[in-house]
Amino acid sequence: MTTQFTTPVAPSRVDAELDTSGLLCPLPVYQAGLALGQLTKGQVLRLVTTDPGSLEDIPALARQLGDTLLDAQRHEHHQVFLIEKGDRL
Amino acid sequence: MTDTRTRVESDLEGAERRRRIALVASKGTLDQAYPPLILATTAASLGWEAGVYFTFYGLDILHVDRLEKLKVASLANPAGPIQLPNLLGALPGATAAATKIMKKWMDDARMPTVPEFIEMSQGLGVRFFACSTTMGVMGVEEGDLIKGCEIAGAAAFLDYAADADVQLFV
Repeated sequence: MTTQFTTPVAPSRVDAELDTSGLLCPLPVYQAGLALGQLTKGQVLRLVTTDPGSLEDIPALARQLGDTLLDAQRHEHHQVFLIEKGDRL
Repeated sequence: MTDTRTRVESDLEGAERRRRIALVASKGTLDQAYPPLILATTAASLGWEAGVYFTFYGLDILHVDRLEKLKVASLANPAGPIQLPNLLGALPGATAAATKIMKKWMDDARMPTVPEFIEMSQGLGVRFFACSTTMGVMGVEEGDLIKGCEIAGAAAFLDYAADADVQLFV
């Protein structure tokens, strides 16, 4: 289910950054939800997680919020996601 | 035919409204307080409406005096933090020990406490329903409950749950 991208999006597109290293579910999702709430449509959040569950959780968060997962990079001990805020109900 | 049309219409309607989760929290132990609060907080983070119905022992989670004193059972809890035969699990201090270990696990994992999860979920708009029958049976007054609870009977909760996409009993 996790989407893997090969070409990272240019870092200049990032409008906010959040590092949730060391935190377990549901905290990465909770904090990312709050961070995305501060953004306006089209802005991009760069999110770092170490919880392995976030490989599925963050795409689910983006899907449920109607945001776009631009990028998901899996590293040995962490993951980096780029999420673009979309339209909200 | 009618059934099919009704289903399609309700699916279309679903696409234009927020999703909803309705949870029942029926257990009053520290370990069992976490799952409904975690799920409600997560659902609200996903942009869903979320409501938790606290009933029977689960009402302790909303009780101002009992909320901070929730415990982990050392008896009849074979997967609990201390692995003791039930005969030893009944000894004085065993419940306190199990509770202490669980709190340490959570703290070491940087997980929020139950009161912190309550604050987080209420901050995201999660609705807390206090079972009115439990209040009557157990002698709990409205003033005994944390702020922001709604007192509700089973019909009121089912009315809320009937429009939920996910319903779970914990």
